Amino acid sequence: MSDNSLNNLPGGFKGMSQDMGSDQTVFKGVQWGKVMMWIFLLSDTFIFSCFLISYMKGRTSTVVDWPNTSEVFSLHVNGVPVPLLLIAIMTFVLITSSGTMALAVKYGYEKNRKMCGWLILATAIGGLTFVGMQAFEWSKLIHEGVRPWENPFGAKQFGSFFFMITGFHGTHVSIGVIFLFIYSRKVFRGDFDKGKRGFFTSMKSDYVAIEILGLYWHFVDLVWVFIFAFFYLW
Amino acid sequence: MSDEYNQKNTPIKAQSSETTSGSSGSSKDIDYVRPAELPEQDLYHGHSFITKWIFCQDAKVIGVQYFLTAVFTGIVGLVLSWLMRLQLGFPELVPFITAEHYYQFVTMHGMIMVVYFLTALFLGGFGNYLIPLMVGARDMVFPYVNMVSFWMFFIAVCVLMASFFVPGGPTGAGWTLYPPQAILPGTPGSNMGIILMLVSLSLFVIGFTMGGLNYIITILQARTRGMTLMRMPLTIWGIFTATALAMLAFPALLVSCIMMTLDKMLGTSFFMPTILQAGEVLSYGGGSPVLFQHLFWFFGHPEVYIVALPAFGIVSDLISVHARKNIFGYRMMVWAIVGIGALSFFVWAHHMYVSGMNPWFGFFFATTTLIIAVPTALKVYNWIITLFRANIRMNTVMLFCLGFIVTFVNGGITGIFLGNVAVDIPLSDTYFVIAHFHMVMGIAPLMVIMGAVYHWFPLVTGRMLSEKLGKWHFWFTFLGAYSIYFPMHYLGFIGVPRRYFEMYDSPYVTSATGMNEFITVAALIVGFSQLIFIYNIVTSLSIGKPAGKNPWKANSLEWLTPEVPPAHGNWGEKLPVIHRWPYDFNVPGAKEDYITQTTPPSEVISAEVEKT
Repeated sequence: MSDNSLNNLPGGFKGMSQDMGSDQTVFKGVQWGKVMMWIFLLSDTFIFSCFLISYMKGRTSTVVDWPNTSEVFSLHVNGVPVPLLLIAIMTFVLITSSGTMALAVKYGYEKNRKMCGWLILATAIGGLTFVGMQAFEWSKLIHEGVRPWENPFGAKQFGSFFFMITGFHGTHVSIGVIFLFIYSRKVFRGDFDKGKRGFFTSMKSDYVAIEILGLYWHFVDLVWVFIFAFFYLW
Repeated sequence: MSDEYNQKNTPIKAQSSETTSGSSGSSKDIDYVRPAELPEQDLYHGHSFITKWIFCQDAKVIGVQYFLTAVFTGIVGLVLSWLMRLQLGFPELVPFITAEHYYQFVTMHGMIMVVYFLTALFLGGFGNYLIPLMVGARDMVFPYVNMVSFWMFFIAVCVLMASFFVPGGPTGAGWTLYPPQAILPGTPGSNMGIILMLVSLSLFVIGFTMGGLNYIITILQARTRGMTLMRMPLTIWGIFTATALAMLAFPALLVSCIMMTLDKMLGTSFFMPTILQAGEVLSYGGGSPVLFQHLFWFFGHPEVYIVALPAFGIVSDLISVHARKNIFGYRMMVWAIVGIGALSFFVWAHHMYVSGMNPWFGFFFATTTLIIAVPTALKVYNWIITLFRANIRMNTVMLFCLGFIVTFVNGGITGIFLGNVAVDIPLSDTYFVIAHFHMVMGIAPLMVIMGAVYHWFPLVTGRMLSEKLGKWHFWFTFLGAYSIYFPMHYLGFIGVPRRYFEMYDSPYVTSATGMNEFITVAALIVGFSQLIFIYNIVTSLSIGKPAGKNPWKANSLEWLTPEVPPAHGNWGEKLPVIHRWPYDFNVPGAKEDYITQTTPPSEVISAEVEKT
């Protein structure tokens, strides 16, 4: 134990592996909940990867032509079809909500209860807008005759994959929105300042919970970027 | 505790500087262990019967709940296997078994044993019970989520069992559930049966994810002072790696379940090509059945190691304790577990050599498959070298460990046969495959489970199991299992196909009949001999010899709790402090033949312990 001073500690890769292999925690100073969310997101990444890889396989091996996405997804403004218009707005709204979420985390750690609460509420409203626009897009496509089992514009897998994957992502967003509303209420009520015990878990509340929710929200946004690229730009 | 505990967000620097400047008196001490990084865990203590025993948040109770539920489903799977064997050996005795029934038995037997029995038992059962105890935590890190995890599993089992009672019965598509046949008329249970199966699997995945997050984070972030990663028992390494595999492999199963459910219920065509049925074109078209196989086996192959890795870990610990010797090549064992886990994601298509995929693809997967033999063989050598010139106690636990090594080597060698494309093609879908995977991932992990039950029963209940009955149980199980699966290799070589309800007038029917009868008798005997085990457990609960503390003289933490069986919170007032790995057996210079993990170096100053 004599050579325990900082200067004698190994650096580089060896130092990193020694730190990670040392006792008690692998990720020093990182709360349990945060590690949990990261690992859950890794698992969720695999779910979305499986969906998107299946989509690529389905799209490349289908016997009927894939519909022209810039026509299918275009929005008519004054009778002029504008490709990617709706989706650009949706993406903008969702990414903006990521910004407000990041600010909420910052104000949360600063114990600025009001700002934190309002920003979480703004994030929730952004997410709700996104889901609303997605519902609009779904109903537009359904109105035009696209169904999970059929598609007037080409390969029937288009409808199947589109509704399944955007639906799965939309479910993620909706769950996020529900939690954002719950958390904004908790912040306004001051649960995180008082360390109020959770209704189900009976564990103490902490502002780190907002960062954990933020991790989830940023992940949902990131996944959307991939879905956007693979469905609308390909 | 308060002086030892740094504030949660203190950076690492502060802790390191404390070791040099803060407590200068103890830093020169050979018993020095870094101060606590974590605050005391906040635990919910149950007050009523319901919160203590049913919706309980104590990982130990949850572990027992998982264990019992898994064993119950396992017994259902066992009975199904009897029915299958009766049909194969003595079809005239069981005229009520139709071809449809037979396929349903095959399917449910496979799915129950692999997912609901072995996975749940190793990770849910042993994982929950042993992880907090072995790493020195008070409980899992998220006890509430852990409790929900069990109840999700329980609901998944209920849904699965419900499929026996719906119109059409359970699905008969084979445990791999390959589309298109799994969801088309003509396959038994192609309506409600398959839907319930897919729903049950999805629930299982959701429940398991909740538990898996707990296991991983407890191991990564909630170890006690002095418990470095390289001082963890191999059991924990095995369970940890298996859980990591599960977190990355189950998503593929969930996705394939969702897609097949949509194919069935909404009429999408993810996996469904254009199909003619009774002269009529179905509405399906353009989908890819092989896509399902890829998704399924991307889950399915890691699943084999999800079952095998905890078994590897547990058996290493059992061998070390009962051979009174440190495990040979601990670090090699750890890296072999991690390496096997990583490689298991690159071998899935060796289950698909006959699916019609590109032969070069098979070549790649044959190579990766054979590479897995290297770390696996290392492990087998290390177990054998651990036994070499060891002070072996020939008790029931050790017998099961030896049984494991033998069956595992046997099943592993046939795996090398099947990993090669050219050898696999004539052997695929024959009884050789059945023999292979039952040996390697059926009997071998079961041997470990039984050994582990004999080993840890005193910890859970405070009483020993009967050694005499245990030995009878071992010999019936081991010899019986060999008489079931060894002849199956031969059946495979002569070409008897698996999953066939009847052999009709095929040329091998005469030579296979006698052997099939023999296998059936053996299967019945092995199955019934498990009653010895159950009897042993039930009677030992009340009349077993009181175990006292640490009956096996083991080193690892789970035996060192202040109360045996451990109470909620595990450690009483103070968390244990760890000074060494759990394998200091028969150390030269030590007074006793074991040095527990909590023994400080100053107490065993003359012992020449390994530096860990």
